[in-house]
Amino acid sequence: MSAADHHEAHHQQGFWRTYIFSTDHKTIGIQYGLTALVFLFFGFCLMLLMRWQLAYPGQPIPVIGGLFSDATMPGGVMLPEFYNSLGAMHGTIMVFLGVVPLAVGAFGNFVVPLQIGAPDMAFPKLNMASYWCFFAGGVVMLYSFTAPGGAANSGWTSYPPLSDIATTGQTFWLIGMVFLITSSLLGSVNFIVTIIQLRAEGLSYMRLPFFVWAQLVTAFLLLLAFPPLEAAGVLQLMDRLAGTSFFLPSGLVVTGDVLQVSGGGSPLLWQHLFWFLAHPEVYVLILPAMGIVGEIIANNTRKPLFGYKSLVYAVIFLGFMSFIVWAHHMFLTGMGTTISAFFQTTTMIISIPSVIILTVFFISLWGGRIRFNTSMLFALGFLPMFGIGGLTGLPLGLSASDIPLHDTYYVIGHFHYVVAPGTILALFAGIYYWFPKVTGRVMSELWGKVHFWGSIVCMNFIFFPMLIQGLMGVSRRLYDGGASYDFAEPVIHYNTMMSHAAFALAVFQLPFIINFFVSIKKGKKVDDNPWHATTLEWAAPSPPPHGNFDAIPKVYRGPYEYSVPGAEKDYSPQFEAEA
Amino acid sequence: MQIPFTVEARPDTGLNNAKLGIWLFLASEVMLFGALFSSYILLRVNADVWPKGHEILSVPVAAFNTVVLISSSVTVIMAWASLKMGSLSKGRMYLLLTFVLGLVFMCVKAYEYNHKFHTGLFPSESTFLAIYFTLTGLHGLHVLGGMIVFAYFWGPGSKMWHSEPEHFTNRIEVAGVYWHFVDLVWIFLFPVLYLL
Repeated sequence: MSAADHHEAHHQQGFWRTYIFSTDHKTIGIQYGLTALVFLFFGFCLMLLMRWQLAYPGQPIPVIGGLFSDATMPGGVMLPEFYNSLGAMHGTIMVFLGVVPLAVGAFGNFVVPLQIGAPDMAFPKLNMASYWCFFAGGVVMLYSFTAPGGAANSGWTSYPPLSDIATTGQTFWLIGMVFLITSSLLGSVNFIVTIIQLRAEGLSYMRLPFFVWAQLVTAFLLLLAFPPLEAAGVLQLMDRLAGTSFFLPSGLVVTGDVLQVSGGGSPLLWQHLFWFLAHPEVYVLILPAMGIVGEIIANNTRKPLFGYKSLVYAVIFLGFMSFIVWAHHMFLTGMGTTISAFFQTTTMIISIPSVIILTVFFISLWGGRIRFNTSMLFALGFLPMFGIGGLTGLPLGLSASDIPLHDTYYVIGHFHYVVAPGTILALFAGIYYWFPKVTGRVMSELWGKVHFWGSIVCMNFIFFPMLIQGLMGVSRRLYDGGASYDFAEPVIHYNTMMSHAAFALAVFQLPFIINFFVSIKKGKKVDDNPWHATTLEWAAPSPPPHGNFDAIPKVYRGPYEYSVPGAEKDYSPQFEAEA
Repeated sequence: MQIPFTVEARPDTGLNNAKLGIWLFLASEVMLFGALFSSYILLRVNADVWPKGHEILSVPVAAFNTVVLISSSVTVIMAWASLKMGSLSKGRMYLLLTFVLGLVFMCVKAYEYNHKFHTGLFPSESTFLAIYFTLTGLHGLHVLGGMIVFAYFWGPGSKMWHSEPEHFTNRIEVAGVYWHFVDLVWIFLFPVLYLL
């Protein structure tokens, strides 16, 4: 920590300002990372409870079941209302409190300023405010489990009219979302300004690492797509608290009585506003993951990424297109054929840049001297898994095939392939890759590999059967997993196997958790650039001190100059002048 | 540790950080109000009956408020211009004036709301009133936010003038850009809700 001593003048702040209410992007990144990992684990636990119910409908959960109250699991048997809450909160927590904060809040915050050679983010105080808004949103979401009637139970999509008349938990959900949207607004403004304004001397746009490009486009999506959901959230809050009827049609009958409201609202309005956010949100989940994979593949193949410029143009185009595909989530709502033709076409077009990105990564492997370390295994695992996720999405993008598949397990299988073995594997790759920059030590390779193989095998046993169940017509959000339907009979027994795979997946996270904490203290110490990487974050000491660099670096070349012919070593860092 | 370009502009972008930041923030605000205006259009197009705004709301009161808010956009420019010319006392006076005009706007709005509530016109009454209260309420929160910012710069925030006058002037400019946006939203709200 000798480098830190140079900066001692800045460091004379107490415990609270240094570790809790810090404005340093690295501390905030770590705060985001740890909080998001806790939420990921929590959201995963909610799913484990649901998977028990799906495998053994109506049977008491051993040991753990007794810990729950009679309002949720009398005698250890899950109530249908609680199952609904678990489903809604699993989705909400995984997306808004787990994956996005980890991908953007943690990796973006820690890595982006380092990769562009900046001393910090452009607005350090806003950065801190962003984290604490996120934290408050998380607390509200957790607290909602104690509300009368439990947490939100109208699905993570919160479709009205159901959500308008749902229990109090839905109000907490909306308030929690307002906090999370505020957090992402503050964060996204900060990221864009940082990337545009604080790039080091010589770091032109076409010399930015792909990860920074991915974060820049992601920030624009968050900035422009989230406000319509905030508007929708405000309207739904008005419906619930002030008795308005934005989403309530006239003459709505609830439990046999006509609802006494002014009426005249449109439930579809919510769907449009929601998916205007939630489709770009899909790319918010996947783009940072692609950024991480790009960095790791270039580094571990020891050659430049094939087609860097195509990557950059593809990711920008993807960002634009993601704003005009949202209604492909709504083919079943009876929209006209002209409108659905438009959204089918844009949906087919948006698959092009995704394919370009994936193809670039695959071709980049060609002829490389690949180092199969843990982070590279996770990055390589991402490629086929995201491939399955993407390809299974095509039938959902076409109205004719989407209508029978809508709201079946096929949809669940599809987007879990994108987000779980896709994004989450990439996020793990990032954790193993940047761990030495954060701590100055590496994580155990052996336990990392156990974690990788266990996770990828289990994930496929969970999600692939979902595709088959969905093709047989089994709907999502069924309390008994479809047992009450005859047509589900040939595939219903998969549920037991899928649940066992989910429990095994939980067991395979233990090596990661132990490895993570043990390596912070006991991992092998390494120098500032253990992977022999080329980008700027490796010019800073590990861990980087307040202000990041001993001297602000200058940039002399592109991001991935590996194995340059005639060079002394097989990597030519951006921060080293020509010999 | 010094963050670059907090005060001076970056040569290749021609902007300082705060100015780029506020424009991005406003882009997000456009999407927020844009979504609400779109909702308004969709609800109105689908409605069987939709009242004319002036049948329920008072146009003269809102016209007065429009003048108040536009004047406050002028005074905030005057505050910035005075600071540019080196006069803190004049700058602070115009900031105070902007704050007072914001306060007048809010008082008139409170009077209008109060009048509606006393005549039994609540948001739950009709979709028109629902969207009226939502849009003006959200706009009112933005006015309130601006007033808090101006009160801060008039009061404790103005100390910065003595150490970093240029930075302080930039802050007023950025707050002014936000204030113009709040003004602009009202200029859309007035015809949409009261006249059409």
